[in-house]
Amino acid sequence: MTVILGQMFTGVSIGAVLLLIALGLSLTFGQMNVINMAHGEFIMAGAYTTYVLQKSIAGAGLSLIVALPVAFLVSGALGALLEWLLIRRLYLRPLDTLLVTWGVSLMLQQLARDIFGAPNVQTRAPDVLTGNITVIGGDDPLTFASSRLFILGLAVAAVVALSLTLRLTPLGRRIRAVVQNRDLAEVSGISTGRVDRTAFFIGSGLAGIAGVALTLVGPIGPTMGTNVIIDAFLVIVVGGIGQLKGSVIVAFVLGVLQSVLEYSTTVSVAKVLVLVAIVAFLQWRPQGLYTVRTRSLV
Amino acid sequence: MAGTAALAAVVALSACGAKTNSGSTSDKAAQADTSGDTIKVGLLNSLSGTMAISEVTVRDSLKLAIDEINASGGVLGKKIKPISEDGASDWPTFAEKASKLIKEDRVAATFGCWTSASRKAVKPVFEKNRSLLFYPVQYEGLEESPYIFYTGATTNQQIVPALDYLKSQGKKKIYLVGSDYVFPRTANKEIKAYAKANGMTVLGEDYAPLGSTEFSTIANKVKASKADAVFNTLNGDSNVAFFKEYKSAGLTAARMPVVSVSIAEEEVKSIGSQYLAGQLTAWNYYQTTPGAANTKFVKAYKAKYGQDKPTSDPMEAAYTSVYLWKAMVEKAKSFDPEKVKAASDGITFEAPEGKVTIDGASQHIYKTARIGKVGTDGLIQEVWNSGKPIKPDPFLKGYSWASGLS
Repeated sequence: MTVILGQMFTGVSIGAVLLLIALGLSLTFGQMNVINMAHGEFIMAGAYTTYVLQKSIAGAGLSLIVALPVAFLVSGALGALLEWLLIRRLYLRPLDTLLVTWGVSLMLQQLARDIFGAPNVQTRAPDVLTGNITVIGGDDPLTFASSRLFILGLAVAAVVALSLTLRLTPLGRRIRAVVQNRDLAEVSGISTGRVDRTAFFIGSGLAGIAGVALTLVGPIGPTMGTNVIIDAFLVIVVGGIGQLKGSVIVAFVLGVLQSVLEYSTTVSVAKVLVLVAIVAFLQWRPQGLYTVRTRSLV
Repeated sequence: MAGTAALAAVVALSACGAKTNSGSTSDKAAQADTSGDTIKVGLLNSLSGTMAISEVTVRDSLKLAIDEINASGGVLGKKIKPISEDGASDWPTFAEKASKLIKEDRVAATFGCWTSASRKAVKPVFEKNRSLLFYPVQYEGLEESPYIFYTGATTNQQIVPALDYLKSQGKKKIYLVGSDYVFPRTANKEIKAYAKANGMTVLGEDYAPLGSTEFSTIANKVKASKADAVFNTLNGDSNVAFFKEYKSAGLTAARMPVVSVSIAEEEVKSIGSQYLAGQLTAWNYYQTTPGAANTKFVKAYKAKYGQDKPTSDPMEAAYTSVYLWKAMVEKAKSFDPEKVKAASDGITFEAPEGKVTIDGASQHIYKTARIGKVGTDGLIQEVWNSGKPIKPDPFLKGYSWASGLS
């Protein structure tokens, strides 16, 4: 029994990681239709930010807390810069953004290699996050890893913050207006260029937060972005482009599916089965779990 | 991608160039360039990618040995000039760079490789060109190549002693965790054969892709299995994620020790000793191994690369391999691979791990097996050793349980 519960928790925690890495992308790809291949490198930037902060701040706990806002700003700034330099010229050419941002991602990887060296680095997690919390005691205890609980909390907080921002703030309303009908938003007096950049800043900043979370799970390296970018796109596409709700559900479903299959088969077989399931699902519902229904003319 | 293609083209072109100049045919051995007052050797290690964490230290250690030999007059009156290439943790790149070192740089010998996959990838290149490779890392055995000298442990010098140690500690139920490629798969085949013959049970066997960092399910499986011990053949920085998850799952060295065969001092340092303290490793050398040769080696390494840099088994085997090559060349009075090979049997060296001797028949070396425990300071303390160097037995001919393996 505890095995099943423990494995459920593992599934949810894998889902939380997936959600974090996909969340920023759900804004830039889902809402704005920009295929940003450099999103993974913004995650990497967040992870290296954590590493740098830990080098300069002694306490592992304090440096992690400081890293969250700083990584958000660093990755967000990188994203806004990318948008201003390149992407704003390509909004009507989504396939070109793919190539351009892929080039940028390679450059960022090389930059990381030049600055931090090719070997991967690690950060020290604060002591509270290296242990676990006993949920059910006894001979066969059920324990939840503290770092995974932290990541889960972070994912939930990020989703809530993002959806509140989109729903309740003037900025959120402007973003949704631009997404639904750019021309009409423009003639209504919304500076679409500025809204685009802000949205890109937030989406990339969320990638930075994901990077901080990933330092608790594994090593930090120049290629860590490429390892997660495919998973992030899978979550968005299966969830339905432009739908936060879809991404959230799909991230957790994929996480649980992955962990159940890994438990009953092997890691490699589980990966294959998950991909087969996704292909089958997209045959049945090419538009993804949810789709946007707008009165947009384009 | 384009870079690789361009490089391949350059290699191919330069190889053709060399051929026309010397007028040789393609199956003739690649001749080392012995014309100047230096002799070139190749250093082939992953300086980037998932294996760089381990392999950069091997490269540094090879350079230390070369510097020492050069300072004392070189080999046959020539100074050694190392040509370093990056295998980038990518097996085809290893083969390409090996070919470049042999044909373009015309090195006298090459030192390097870490994963068995990279060694398998370069093996045909060295054999076809009749050039020598010195391989410094423990591996799964079941291999002999006339052009490779194996200075790391083979199975009966590392994995079998580790299993003997577990057995002597009363650990009967074991769980196998490894990276998904040739070394862990073959090693686990051997471990299962050993377990069957020695009354041990293998409760489970899990592989993660090389470079994988998601280990929560594997940690859960290991925990649920209630094994006595885990045999870990993960390679590279997957170990970081694995041990983080292992500790998070509440598994401890006291409750369920992990025996690792690919984690040495350098990896302990980067994984973090808080995750590894109390866990076991099986090697032939530790930084703490006593002896004057080791004191000198550790001191020289730290002086060159920094006081906080630890020394490890593959580094020691790499360091030793350069000295063994030197002794072989001097005995043969030639850099010609065939003559060097012929001179190899019985060559000895007072290595940091103790006296090592080349077994000319298998081109492996006699080594002492050592089991160690990771301390909170990140260093590994020996808890058991085999007492004397063990004769290499790469095909496990001396063990009846291994008869069905190949």
